[in-house]
Amino acid sequence: MRPLFDRPEKAYLHPYLAGAILGVVLFLALLLTGNGLGSSGATSRIDAWLVDLVAPAHVDRTPYLLKMAGGDRNPLDDWIVPVFFGALLGGFASGWRNGRLKLTTTKGPNISDRTRWAMAFVGGVIFLYGARMARGCTSGQALSGGATLAAGSWAIMLAIFAGAYLLAYFVRKLWL
Amino acid sequence: MNFPLESVSAVSAANPWSYLVFGVIGFAFGYTLEMAGFGDSRKLAGQFYFRELTVLKVMFTAIAVAMVLLFGAVGLGVIDFNQVWVNPTYLGSGIVGGLIMGVGFIVGGFCPTTSLASASTGKIDGMMFMAGGFVGAFLFGETEFLFDHWYNTAGYLGRLTLDQVFGVSAPTVVLIVVAAALFMFWGAEQLERIFGHKDLAREPRLRRVGAGALAAAAVVVLAIGVPSIEERYQRVSFKRTETVTPADGKPQAVTRVLGADEMLAQRRVFVSPAEAYKARYQQAIKPVYLDVRSEAEFNLYHIADALHVPLARLPAIVPDLLAESPANTVFITIGNDEATAVKAWKLLVASRVPNVYVLEGGVNRWIATFGADDPALLPLPTAGADQLRYAFPLALGDRYKSCAPDPLHHENLAFEPRIVLQLKRDKSGGGCG
Repeated sequence: MRPLFDRPEKAYLHPYLAGAILGVVLFLALLLTGNGLGSSGATSRIDAWLVDLVAPAHVDRTPYLLKMAGGDRNPLDDWIVPVFFGALLGGFASGWRNGRLKLTTTKGPNISDRTRWAMAFVGGVIFLYGARMARGCTSGQALSGGATLAAGSWAIMLAIFAGAYLLAYFVRKLWL
Repeated sequence: MNFPLESVSAVSAANPWSYLVFGVIGFAFGYTLEMAGFGDSRKLAGQFYFRELTVLKVMFTAIAVAMVLLFGAVGLGVIDFNQVWVNPTYLGSGIVGGLIMGVGFIVGGFCPTTSLASASTGKIDGMMFMAGGFVGAFLFGETEFLFDHWYNTAGYLGRLTLDQVFGVSAPTVVLIVVAAALFMFWGAEQLERIFGHKDLAREPRLRRVGAGALAAAAVVVLAIGVPSIEERYQRVSFKRTETVTPADGKPQAVTRVLGADEMLAQRRVFVSPAEAYKARYQQAIKPVYLDVRSEAEFNLYHIADALHVPLARLPAIVPDLLAESPANTVFITIGNDEATAVKAWKLLVASRVPNVYVLEGGVNRWIATFGADDPALLPLPTAGADQLRYAFPLALGDRYKSCAPDPLHHENLAFEPRIVLQLKRDKSGGGCG
């Protein structure tokens, strides 16, 4: 296993170069499929799939789940699900290739691992709640909607930055 | 070839390749995010303390590059923009959701996709964010009924793009966004110098070349412009399957691809008054009668339930026709004869509105078919081409008897069916909403 996980750690790409590559990936997605990129939709579809396994009747009573998993509809039958698992695999492949596969925690210098874990979990809850409300996250709305000039996506993008900047000062202990 | 490809516009078991295409796109997405350093929450959170503006740089470079390529390809006619998913605008839920996401971002240190790149490379905080994400999405599903109405209607503006908001062409917006992005990058680097104590002299000079190339590309996009209706019309194609019996006698189904002008020449887009009226009683299709004549003529006489959209106003409602109508909608354009209705047909098919037909012979033929025995309607032999060939005692609109023919009297009308319902791509297959 050594050669697999003990590769020399390489530096990250320059932001502009990474952005340009990401832009080309986004363009190819739009060119081939007419869809941009995304991921938060897959999270709620996987949720809907799980709920449908445990309590199918509940799905049929809940309007939001009904749309994805009502009746014999398969919530996983959507473009965003392969994109989601592809992204997991792609992140892993890049981490492996560039020597960044490591069980670790990324955090600000003044908090413990446990605090960071709890905050990451809470942040995930809040973020995905907002992402489902806005019908897409930073990928599906800000990035994809931004590139296709969708008016609502630009409003959402500004709101994300506004929300984060407004709160940043009050949670600076987490990061500084 | 027309892009985006119809065959991979949504995943389907009928076409297993579609899973692979989306999987590979996702792979490239995750790979790039990891390479940008977004597996590390400090790189993401640094954005909000002006220490490190990687998020802004990556995101806006990606948006600018994708936008330039997209609208360049649209201008060259390679991509049909109407078939590209544009997130519908819901200002209410979008802005509130965006603010909530911002809170999640600064507390959790990730956004959903970057948490995937983080978790898959072994970062425990990335895994925790992902786990929290499943809980958050679940909670939304369980609580959405509390504000269902607001969620689905507040500030809903449909498919709305910035060029429509500002009343300029899309390439102009592209150029402005690129210019704004380059200015922001300059500002971001200054902030990094001040707050992050970064030495800008060590930044690669190549980035200036990149900025120049991006700006030049945006100018090229502006020069290309948007494809004219005529150019788009020439690229429209229709598929028709018919059974052909060759000399040896075995019937075969043959699928032919026809251009728009061929469709007109072979009269395949003209539906007879009988078919147009029968369509109303078919469960499978939902006919929408678009009356494109002048208001005066519309007031004199029109088919029941016809929508009045004068030809000049038609381009303005195309986005609504594309976005709002159910997939089984069949549009039938109606003129006095056929000339104006054909113009409307050309405009709609060039804009890629699916299932558009022309009422054969227009209102004149309609009246000849259903209202010939109405003593109130007097033939007007002096009428010119594409004018009403009847005189009306009163402008009764759709209250003449023949405007809504009695289905009992006209049950057994014979006609050659021309409507072939094409289910357009499922728009819900787009976006992540």
